[in-house]
Amino acid sequence: MIWGSFSEFISMRGYALYVWGSFGMTALLMAWEVLQLRKKKRELHLGRDV
Amino acid sequence: MDNSHLSSSQPTKKINWFAFSAPSRFYALTQKVIPLCWFMALSFGIAGLVIGLLYAPTDATQGDSYRIIFIHVPSAWMSMVLYTAMAFWAAIGLIFNARLAYRLSISIAPTGALMTFIALWTGALWGKPTWGTWWVWDARLTTELILLFLYIGYISLYQAIDDERKAAKAASLLAIIGVVNVPIIYFSVKWWNTLHQGATITMTKAPSMESSMLLALLLMTVAFWAYAFAAVFTRTNQTSLIEDHHADWVKTVLTSSKASS
Repeated sequence: MIWGSFSEFISMRGYALYVWGSFGMTALLMAWEVLQLRKKKRELHLGRDV
Repeated sequence: MDNSHLSSSQPTKKINWFAFSAPSRFYALTQKVIPLCWFMALSFGIAGLVIGLLYAPTDATQGDSYRIIFIHVPSAWMSMVLYTAMAFWAAIGLIFNARLAYRLSISIAPTGALMTFIALWTGALWGKPTWGTWWVWDARLTTELILLFLYIGYISLYQAIDDERKAAKAASLLAIIGVVNVPIIYFSVKWWNTLHQGATITMTKAPSMESSMLLALLLMTVAFWAYAFAAVFTRTNQTSLIEDHHADWVKTVLTSSKASS
């Protein structure tokens, strides 16, 4: 571990906005895509009468 | 569901690849692969994040801002790989008039666009602290932005035409023409004297990276590949269930899933 404390890790030694802005947006978009696929899956399997 | 047609009808030594051009067989095969892909995406992603964010050393010149590389480079690679795959399946669709190939091609597009957006977004957030600007009209950045427009154009064209076959043909043509942009993106840093740096990792040279950084980058790359496979195959199969809803195999799939849930 290269970080002395949790707050140092969160601060990214001054680059918090850029690093967390990047990782955060990526996580958000991927989670959104997965949710869309899951929503579609639910609709497909439960919504149609066969 | 019934997978007997997968194992019994084929000889053991030689795989008949055309067999997978049937949506039902493709469905049966990929439904087994998809959970494995999600699992790999998650496990490699977590390992890559732990090593990249907690153990990889701070960069001497860029400080901790360089950690953006662990998503910027994999997403940029995927943006180009997925576009190439999308254009490839579009071409196969046109040549063989194969519906599943078109379906695969259009299923790649949203994930490809997402990867392209992530590459641009993380690039802007990395550019600000290192170059002093969010954006420059540099060759690499501009061609990557064009790639995003190509994805969006492809999806829009597909959706704009009502007739499914005509839509697939027109959009496929656009995808194939647009593929010339991919090598231009890749070589842009060599051909033009740009602000964007050259490739850190190439096939010919040993990478000039600290080993834990390289490990984190490789883990994240595997995670992004696995994520893309899982998302694309899931979308392809969902499209099959919708478009082939009159087919017997779809009815079997949906009935068995209802019974089990």
